[in-house]
Formats: sequence, structure tokens, C-alpha cells
Amino acid sequence: MRTPSRRRRVDVVFWLGMAWLTVVLGAAVLAPLLPLGNADDSVKGLTAPIFASPEGLGGAYPLGTNNYGLDVLARVVYGARTSLLVALLAVLIGTCVGGLVGLVSGFVRGTTDRVVGILSNALLAVPPLILLIALGTVLDPSVRSIAFALSLLTIPSMVRLARANTITVAQREYVLAARALGAGRLRLMLREVLPNVVLPVLSLAVVMISVLVVAEASLSFLGIGIEQPRPTWGNMIAEGQGGVMEQHPYIVVVPGICLFLTVFSFNLLGEKAQQRWDPRSAKL
Amino acid sequence: MAGSGTAHLRPDQERALVVDDLVVQFPVTGGTVHAVSGLSLDLLPGETLGILGESGCGKSSAGRAVMQLPPPTSGEVRLGTVELTGIKARDMRRKRARMQLVLQDPVSALNPRRRVKDLVVEGLEIWGWGDRDRDSFVDELLSSVGLDPETVRDKRPHELSGGQCQRVCIARSIALDPDVLICDEPVSSLDVSVQAQILNLLEQARERLRLAMIFIAHDVAVVKNISDRVLVMYLGKTCEVLPSASLEGALHPYTRLLLASVPEASDELPAATGAPARAVELPSPLDPPSGCRFRTRCPLATDRCASEEPVLREVRPAQYVACHHVDESTEEV
Amino acid sequence: MTTDVNAPHVLEVEDLRTVFHTPRGDVHAVDGVSFSLAAGETLGLVGESGSGKSVLGRTVMGLVASGPRTTVTGRVRIGGRDVHALKPAERRRLWGPEVAMVFQDPMTSLNPVKRVGTHLTETLRRHLGCSRTEATERAVDLLRQVGIPEPARRMGQYPHELSGGMRQRVVIAIALACDPRLLIADEPTTALDVTVQKQILDLLASLVAERTMAMVLVSHDLGAVAGRTDRVQVMYAGRTVESGPTRPVFDVPAHPYTDALLASIPRLDNPPHTLLRTIEGNPPDMARPPAGCRFGPRCAFVTDQCREAQPEAAVVPGGRAVACHHPLSRSILEGAGDGR
Repeated sequence: MRTPSRRRRVDVVFWLGMAWLTVVLGAAVLAPLLPLGNADDSVKGLTAPIFASPEGLGGAYPLGTNNYGLDVLARVVYGARTSLLVALLAVLIGTCVGGLVGLVSGFVRGTTDRVVGILSNALLAVPPLILLIALGTVLDPSVRSIAFALSLLTIPSMVRLARANTITVAQREYVLAARALGAGRLRLMLREVLPNVVLPVLSLAVVMISVLVVAEASLSFLGIGIEQPRPTWGNMIAEGQGGVMEQHPYIVVVPGICLFLTVFSFNLLGEKAQQRWDPRSAKL
Repeated sequence: MAGSGTAHLRPDQERALVVDDLVVQFPVTGGTVHAVSGLSLDLLPGETLGILGESGCGKSSAGRAVMQLPPPTSGEVRLGTVELTGIKARDMRRKRARMQLVLQDPVSALNPRRRVKDLVVEGLEIWGWGDRDRDSFVDELLSSVGLDPETVRDKRPHELSGGQCQRVCIARSIALDPDVLICDEPVSSLDVSVQAQILNLLEQARERLRLAMIFIAHDVAVVKNISDRVLVMYLGKTCEVLPSASLEGALHPYTRLLLASVPEASDELPAATGAPARAVELPSPLDPPSGCRFRTRCPLATDRCASEEPVLREVRPAQYVACHHVDESTEEV
Repeated sequence: MTTDVNAPHVLEVEDLRTVFHTPRGDVHAVDGVSFSLAAGETLGLVGESGSGKSVLGRTVMGLVASGPRTTVTGRVRIGGRDVHALKPAERRRLWGPEVAMVFQDPMTSLNPVKRVGTHLTETLRRHLGCSRTEATERAVDLLRQVGIPEPARRMGQYPHELSGGMRQRVVIAIALACDPRLLIADEPTTALDVTVQKQILDLLASLVAERTMAMVLVSHDLGAVAGRTDRVQVMYAGRTVESGPTRPVFDVPAHPYTDALLASIPRLDNPPHTLLRTIEGNPPDMARPPAGCRFGPRCAFVTDQCREAQPEAAVVPGGRAVACHHPLSRSILEGAGDGR
């Protein structure tokens, strides 16, 4: 009697999270089609009031304006577009590269595996923020190069997970059975091992999205990520520096809440996916 | 006992498979595991050889080494007339497909992400279809192992029972029309009633396809039921080779111990039967005993057993024993 | 069956039902099982996987009890006390002095980082309040009783240093530490080698005789149960299909399932290449058991009556009972007020 209700409560949180993700992703994708205010044209912003207080849905500036007179709602939506684009792109690169390298090194073992192990451990040994700052000073602050820099954060752990799973799967009896049937290496890797490694890797990828959303925000907050006036959640929060937040808390609160809810929801999704697909890492 | 030798081989007959002085060793931390030490066997077409032994006796390692999965440390494996050791990787894969392997745990021997209709024809996908029609061949294969194609075709392994999975595995193995089928404990993870179904299925398949079969198991009664000849292994060595019909007349002390350990539903209440084992511990395959490997548990052991390894010799017609202390006059208890 | 608290029965099980609530629906793993057991008696619970024999063993022990996902109804009395009416803490106090369990896999039932001796002395000190030296003495003595050579040296070893058979002996020694009146052995030899299985079964049989314990031997191995139990209870799909003194049940089975099961075991005296008798089909999905007799869909003698009505256990003289509408060898059932 007790359990079903407890289960339902957990599910409510999960589905609320999924609803939020749908809204954010939907808004981010459809942003150009939505009737939004001025997000990044600071020239036009000159005519608008600065630091206008949030007026609610009916008003001209539902979530207020910032110090350039730019509409905070519009900026939060376009910010989502940038933040999520960067994170998804980085995770995509990281998953493909890391997953493939892990698969090959776990299947082939031997020298390849040792070299890959040393490289990925070396990458893991560098503190991520320092790595990002170093890259940020070298690369130009475009979406593409930030995504590339962030993908470096995901590759080592992707390699590790894919490699560990490949090693376990490669020892399974169905792989032995396929070898007995005469299957060659490529076939074993693609047909027998890969389909059983993809799901745990994907569930880590979902968790990685939330990590990278935060990482991107940190970079933009520090001013080495995407630059103003193009909004991201990180540089929007940074606008609260220098006493602004004390007087106009919504400048920080709005993007902050969006960031928090999005990260939280991606974590819920990732957790659920790991429980379902990768019982081993879910236990950790 | 627990010795080597080739007296039991039959070079004057046409043989489907010959294994000569097979050695399997693999390094572990702290030494080398001597899994199989000089196993020789041969198999006539349509014959079933049962390999009997406890866990750790090297019977599974031997089965896999015959398949070259992985290749043995040394020793020769000849399939028909083709020597398998040292041939090119691609030729090996093709030859290896002439032998097939049925494993102990049928559920884990099937890729969980694929469907039955793809699983059973995996071998044909690799080696080509010839002029067969895929769908009708799948159905034919499934029916031949007693599965209803309609109900199982689109299922995944976890939706089937253990017995059904083992049927799929057998179908997959015989799809390539092999010469030799190596069954590694194919029924030990199954329930009694399902075990009988699978044993009957293997028996029928062997007869229909004229398969030569190696049947590896620890269950004396199961091995006796399905085999023509039984080879008893202990710690990587051969103890005794004999026709399964005369299994109860086994002479080697280890075979006798195995026979005495069989609890049968027709048993009387416990009675002290058979020679009591002296030590219960199985010696480590890292450091097997000198001479006869069974001597540490053998009631007949003498100094000679420690210094000199017994060799298989024909004690009675078609019965080969590797023991210093048995001959045809030895009583059968 | 008597429910008298003063009855000499060590164990009484009455209409026991264990239901697991799973996402796929309710699974009636044990569905109305009754039996009793006197001191010095050994009962064999046999059946295939999914027959509910292990769950029954664990429910009797109280390891499976009512909770969020499980409902247990019926009664289990051990030494007159209803296991499932006790609070969890009180139930735990039964484990050791009243009832103990030996599990299938001796490797996982021992803690890998604790020495053999520690496993034993901890139990002895906690339950019996022994002093350290006294506990050590008794532990060595227990190891000797279960046939472990050099018991004093073994005390300092870790489980992984022992062979499977030795580990199972240690597990048995732990189970015996508090001198239980009832021992539940759940597939105690399944994970062991053939030559060791017999030794362990013989050991259990001799311990039961020496200590006049009662033992429930849960096993899928009919051979193991045949020679070493006084009575046997054959389970199929959560229900008892047949029960009675072991020898008569195995010699002249009355239930078609028992009969078919016995016939499907390969026997040493069969000539090679004997085709075995098989039971067609598979055990039922316990979330959706068939109507009527659960063995009906696989039974060679099935009739409409079997498809409609679930057969009740008919008690017959000779201490046997069979739940079948059309029992085999009617002669042995003659004179039974079977009331069907």
C-alpha cells in the first residue's frame, strides 16, 4: 500500500522535470518564431527603459529589462538556445569520439589500450576549469570553439565508460558464440558489442549535458565564453555583478532558476536512464 | 591415473576430429594455470564423446581450445584432414565454422538486443546464404529444434525460457551444417524436465545430421545417456577412456569416486559406498601434484604414483585406464 | 493437521501464501502450502525453478515477510511461535537458537573480509553470551563436528582460502552454532562439485540424526532428496502437488507431475542413447497461472475437470496426499475418503 504512493511522488518530480525540459527545449528551438522582445540589439535597447521591473505576462517586459534595456525574457530564451546548443554539441562530439575510442581500445586491448589509457588519464588529471580557461584564452569565443573545448571535458570519462563496458561485454558468452560462428573482429565490434555499450554511454551523455550546461555558464560568467550582447545564462548571471543584484535581483534570479531547473531535470533524466540501462554505474 | 597417452586413439579409422597432446596454460598472478596437460582424443563421424569431470578439471578449456578459442598453448587439432594449428586467420574462421559450440548458459549465449529470427541465422549472415530463402529457412530451423516459429520468431532472448534459449542456440549451431558439435555443459543450467527435452533434441539432431559430438558435463548419468564413449578428466589429465555402456565397470579410482557420488532417485538411504576420498581439497591447478595428479585423493596411492606418471593403457577391450594399480583383474567393487 | 501449541512439532506451516506485488501483477509464489515437521525429521522440498520451493523456505524462516511488495498470509509456527506475527526484532531472535539456514552459495553467504573464526565466535558471543576464550573453544569444536580437518588452523583463514566444500561446511557450522531446532537448507549442494555434494548431504543427514534437529532440505535434485529425507513434498507452480514418505512417493508416484519428473531424469542404468521421457512445454508464468490445475497444460491425462477446478490435496492413508483429479496408481489411494 505504501510503495505505490511513494513511487508516484518520485514520478511526479521526474515528469515535472521532463515538462520543464520540453518547455525549455521547445522555446530554445522555436525562439525566432516566438513573439519575444529585444534580446541582443543594444542600439534598439537605448530607447527602452533600463532595469524595468518584471511586469508579468501581460506587460511589455514580462521579466523586466537589463541595464541596456534588453528584454530579460527574450534573453533567457535565446540564452537557452546558446547554452543548450553548446552543451549538446559538446556532448555529441564527446560521445562519438570518446565512445568510439573506448570501444576500440576495450575490444582490441594491448598497446592501443595502454596508450588510450595514459592519454585519457592525463586529460583527467588536468583540473577542468584550468583547462577551460587555458583553451578560452587561445580559442575565439564562438559557439563552435567553446563546444570543442567543452567536449574535451567529456571525452576521458566517455572513453572510460565505453571501454569498461566493452571489456565486460566482450567477455560475454554471446560474443564467444559469435566468434565460434566465424564472425570477424569488425562484425563482433559493431554487431555484438556496440549495441550493448550504446545505452550506458547514452545515459552518461545525458548526465554530461547538465555538467556542460554548468561549465558553459561558468565560462561565460568569467567572461571567456560567449560574449555580450549575445545572451547565455552564464553571462546573464554575470550582469548581476557590481551591486546590480542587490537592487535588481531578477537580473540574476531569472537565469539562475532556469539554469538550476534545467540542470536538475537533465540529472533526473540521466539518473533514470542509468537505472534502466547501466545498473553498474547507477549504484556508484 | 590422471595421466596422458594416446593408446585410446584409433588412427586406422576415418575420424572427424583428432586432438593430439593438447596443452592449455594461461598466466595468472602468481604462476601458470595448467588447465589442460596433454589431452588426446579422436572422434568418429556420428560418434558422441562424453568428457566427464568436476569443475576445474579443464574440460571446458579443452573444448574451447579445440575450437581455437583461444588457440591452445601447444598440441594439434585436426578437423577431418585439415590441420588447424598455424593456418591463416580467415581460413581458421571458415574452418572453425565446421565445428560449433553450444554453451552452458543459453541466455547469456544470445545477444540480448537481437531477435530470435536474426540470432538463428547469424552464421549464415557471415558466410552467405547460398540459394536459401531467409524467412522459410528461419522457420525450418526453428521447427527443427521444436520451437513454434510463429510465437518465437520476433522475440528477444529474455522473453524466452532457458530451455527455449538453448533450443535457439542449438538451431544457430546446426544452421551452418557443422561436422562437429561441441556441447559445453549444455543442460546443467536447466531444470530437470527441460534438461530431458534438450538431451533428446541433441540426440535426434546428431542422428539426423550425422554429427560428431563432444559432450562436456559433470553429471555422470547425463554423460552416460548421451555418449558412445566417455573420457574422464582430472586436473587437466585423462584418467580413463571407455565405452559408455560399460561405464559402471570403470576401473580408475577417480571414475569410481564419481560413480559413487551419484545420488539417484532410486537410491536406498545413505550407505557408505565407494572408496572414501582421503582429502577433500582439489589440488591447485597452479601447482599440480607430481606423477599422478589424482594421488593426493586416491585410496590406492603409493610412492610410485608420486614419481612416475601413469600412461593410458588398454586394460580391457576398448577400456583405457591411466593408473599404476589397476589391471583387468581389479574388482569393480 | 493440529494447531495445538503443545504439539511435538518443531515446525507447523498452515495454508501459507506468499504474494509478490510486481509491476507485471501479483505473483503467487507460494499458494496455500501446509505441512509440519517433528524433531529429528527431514522434509525434502523438491520442484523445478519457479515452483516456489525456495520462497517457501525463506518464508518459513521469516526472511520473506509481509512488506511493501510482499504479502504473507497463513501461519508458520516454529517452536509454537507464529513467525509472521512477531515483530522484526523478535523474529531475528529466533534466527540462531530456533531456526537457521544454509544457503546455496557458500561464497556469498560468508563475509569475504572476515576470518572463518570471527564468523563463528561473533555468532556465539552475540547469541549465547560466551566469553572470548569459550567462544573460540566452541568454534573449534563446531568446525571439527562438521568435518573440517585442522580446525584450529582454519579459524584464522579467510573464506577465499577454502575450497567450496570447506566453505559450505563452515556455513553449516555457523548455522549450528546456536544449536537450532530447525535447519533450513536451501539448495545446499547446488554450487558444489559432484564428489563434494555427497559429502555435504551425508554430513547434514548425520548432524540431523545426532542433534535430533528437524531439517527442511530444499532441492531441485531428486536424487539428493531421495536418499536423505523422511518425507517429501513435490511443488509445482507454488502449490504442493504431492507429499508423503519419500520412498513410497518416489517408488509409486501418484501425481502425473511427480511421475513425469522422475522419468525425465537420466539414469545410470539406462543404455546409451536412451531417449528420455519429457514433460512438454514450460512451467507457467506465475503472474498469469493457468486456470484449474496448474499442471494441466503440460499433463498427459488432462480433462475438462482439470481445466475448470483446482484439485485439492486429498489425504490418503500412509501419510500421503495428492492434489490431482486423476491420480495415477489408484490402488494405493484405495480407502481414501477423497471427497472429490
